Amino acid sequence: MNAIILSALAGVVMMLSGIFTNKQSVIKLVSIIALLVLITGNVLQTYGHCSIQIDTKNLLAFSKAGLYFNTLIFISTFVYFILSGKAIEKAGVNVAEYFALIFFVLCGVSILTSFNGLLMFFLGIEILSIPLYILTGSDKRNLKSNEASLKYFLMGSFSTGLMLMGIALVFGATGNFSLNATGQKTAYDVLNAGILAPVGLLFIFISMLFKVSAAPFHFWTPDVYDGAPSVFTSFMSTIVKAAGFYAFIHLFETKSYDLGPSWKLLLTFAIVLTLLVGNITAIFQHSVKRMLAYSSISQAGFMLFSLYSSNTLAKEGIFIYTVAYSFATIGVFAILIYLKDYTFDGYNGLAKTQPVLAFTNTVFLLSLAGIPLTAGFFGKYFMLASAVKAGAPLMLVIVAVLFAAISVYYYFKVIQAMYFKQGDAELNDNVPTSFKTALIAIAIVIILIGIFPSTVLNWLYF
Amino acid sequence: MIPVLLIFIPVFAGLISFLLKNERTVKGWALVSSLIVLATSIGAITTNNPASTLFDATWLPSLGARFTVSLDGMSKMLVLLTAVAFTLVFVATNKNEYKHTAAFYGLMLLTQAGLMGVFLATDCLLFYFFWEFALIPVYFLCSIWGGKKRIAVTFKFFIYTFVGSLFMLVGILYLYFLTPDQSFSLNSFYSLKLTLTQQCNAFLLFFIAFAIKMPIFPLHTWQPDAYEQSPTATTMILSGVMVKMGLFGVIKWLLPIVPLAINRYAMPVMILSVIGVLYASLIAIKQDDVKRLIAYSSIAHIGLMCAAIFSQKNIALEGVLIQMFNHGINVIGLWIVANAIEQQLGTRKLSELGGLAVTAPKLAILTVIMAFANVALPLTNAFIGEFLMFNGIFQYNIWLAAVAGISIILAAVYTLNMVQKIFYGNTVTATEKAIDIDNNVFLSLSITAVLILVLGVFPQPLIDLTKSAVHLLFVK
Repeated sequence: MNAIILSALAGVVMMLSGIFTNKQSVIKLVSIIALLVLITGNVLQTYGHCSIQIDTKNLLAFSKAGLYFNTLIFISTFVYFILSGKAIEKAGVNVAEYFALIFFVLCGVSILTSFNGLLMFFLGIEILSIPLYILTGSDKRNLKSNEASLKYFLMGSFSTGLMLMGIALVFGATGNFSLNATGQKTAYDVLNAGILAPVGLLFIFISMLFKVSAAPFHFWTPDVYDGAPSVFTSFMSTIVKAAGFYAFIHLFETKSYDLGPSWKLLLTFAIVLTLLVGNITAIFQHSVKRMLAYSSISQAGFMLFSLYSSNTLAKEGIFIYTVAYSFATIGVFAILIYLKDYTFDGYNGLAKTQPVLAFTNTVFLLSLAGIPLTAGFFGKYFMLASAVKAGAPLMLVIVAVLFAAISVYYYFKVIQAMYFKQGDAELNDNVPTSFKTALIAIAIVIILIGIFPSTVLNWLYF
Repeated sequence: MIPVLLIFIPVFAGLISFLLKNERTVKGWALVSSLIVLATSIGAITTNNPASTLFDATWLPSLGARFTVSLDGMSKMLVLLTAVAFTLVFVATNKNEYKHTAAFYGLMLLTQAGLMGVFLATDCLLFYFFWEFALIPVYFLCSIWGGKKRIAVTFKFFIYTFVGSLFMLVGILYLYFLTPDQSFSLNSFYSLKLTLTQQCNAFLLFFIAFAIKMPIFPLHTWQPDAYEQSPTATTMILSGVMVKMGLFGVIKWLLPIVPLAINRYAMPVMILSVIGVLYASLIAIKQDDVKRLIAYSSIAHIGLMCAAIFSQKNIALEGVLIQMFNHGINVIGLWIVANAIEQQLGTRKLSELGGLAVTAPKLAILTVIMAFANVALPLTNAFIGEFLMFNGIFQYNIWLAAVAGISIILAAVYTLNMVQKIFYGNTVTATEKAIDIDNNVFLSLSITAVLILVLGVFPQPLIDLTKSAVHLLFVK
């Protein structure tokens, strides 16, 4: 409960802070303090101290895993604030509002990690989505940003409508929103509930595929990610997406076996298609930002494996994947924002002019590609291992690794541009030392997780 | 404790060398580090005390992976090869000029650490880690300091090997979930009782990685380009040591675990290997570039070793182990010659060379020794290994042995042709003003030549070192 209340409060505080001061550095400082309070409150609740107790009539259920996931998300946001805080300040005039919206998104995340019924699940998704529509359009005078925002809003509300329809069907079939009510039918007792409930679940499934930008419902992603101000793309494609996955897994994990073989078939289809679309299209991009949008689709394909296998390994895996993927992508975007030219050629010769940026960017990209010694390797490792353990056909796993190999192609294109090509990459701005230090720190964290992933996982069991 | 030293001395030396500024200091530092590693590895082959040859520490308890590194007969030999190779390379290429010298040597030392790890790891996940860890620095070495087409060529090399290793990762996971105690340790893998289908699955997944690394025809296409374009110091490591990773992997991680599958696929793999041997030898004859010639000759030699492994004969396997070491030494010797010629004359084309023996007699004599070793003439170190390998292949299938035997003749053709074109005949403009090799190259070539002759006349120490390893493999 701490996280939900504190994040909502933090959002309000940020909105008000815009009234009292115009100094952007102050606003940024307040936001960082608010985030630290949020992290503290959440960690305290995880270990059973100082948690605010409210009887939610079994609508919310706080599990250790969910709270821990909150912490990871908040820490990722912290990293995001540190690296991209300056870029947020520059995104437009209403800095305080941007921070407020981000906190509201975090509120949605906190609900999504603790919902115990379809009703709260829906609320969480909406609280998460609406601020994102606004953030996407925050660059008011940019047509592309406006277009992206409108597109995102239309598509998003359509998929939400679909979700609502699904929830209604499930409720109609079972008479219950709850996921694990005792002594009565839950929303998942679909097997004897006729045709309505399976159709309802399918609708929910489709709308979730939309939210996590998995194929064949990914069409909004490249345009929205490309059109939105880079700094918010970074937020959307990492933190929000990871939270969406957690909710996705949470929603389907308990009953996925009862859903029968057709469920696995559907997922296999979604996984292969997502990997295919994401990787193949990413190869042909000229803009690094757009490439990252497609690569985020392909990463979603890997994360879908956790849904496929839904065992302990998968759950552990999604934690590692969240950290690995979020940190690396936030880092890549933070560096991208400094560049004048977003195409691959814009990176030419960066290693000469900015060795620190080039080196850390390399670590991030290696992590995204899943090369051992980086956190990304263990993200992929856990996904594949959980799939093998869950008895996935070996062919599916092999297809996945082949796509992982393809992804190397476009990630390494950036490395090649930075190190092996001639040119002088132009920057928008001087790179402050604090930024470089933060980048190095995050690169070190990524490498450490790549050598000792247990450090992240052990907290799950303490 | 020794295995840990072998891995971490190069790691630390490599990391420190990134920070060094002065070019001479860096070169000296790398040489010192490689000498220390050499001394450690000599210590490693002489000791049998389990306390010093085995190191085991918790790494990822929840996954069942441990940091286990240990020395057995085979890894002792390959560790020694790695140590000798890096020392030779650093001595021989001491005069080479690089931009960003510190980074070059740092990456070279990190490669050494990765190779050591591959040969020492007895935990499969750790093995995979080092397998990749050896690749990354090489990628940067070749892409930054290589020839004109370096970026595309190195990328091809990287993608090839990375695809292979991802297949291996799936294979590792596949076997891991079949182990009763959910562990990655070599012993758990050795104690697996697999059905034929399971063995075949595992074999195919692993073997793709190893076959690409060796490389086996038709997966070899990355190799000549990569060897040609890489800076010669890296090429020496690639062909002298790194290709051994594939052979090593088959012997240590496949032969004892999936013997039925090996037996089942022996014939197709051997046929492919023999085709590769002939094909590479024939192409080598046509090459004009010394580097490409040596590259193809190396493919031919490795193909023969692969065929010998799959003959599943005790004697052939001994031959392979001996040859792994000797081939490493010989091919590095040839690369040193190539490097010396290129550094001084600025060309590697056979058509632009000739009569060098007049102006550089020392180089000529030493090269002839290398060439004889490359042809596997008796009294050179390569003879014993090839003899044992052919013996094994002959026992498996006479026809294969006969066809593979042609490669000996072809090897003589291209090697002696190379020697003749470089050193004999009339001097041409490029070689007229050439001077003889400097002390560094002379020293490293003499060491190589001494090793060739001594191990050619008295191969017993190598045989003793490998015999125990081979016996252990077949007992399992």
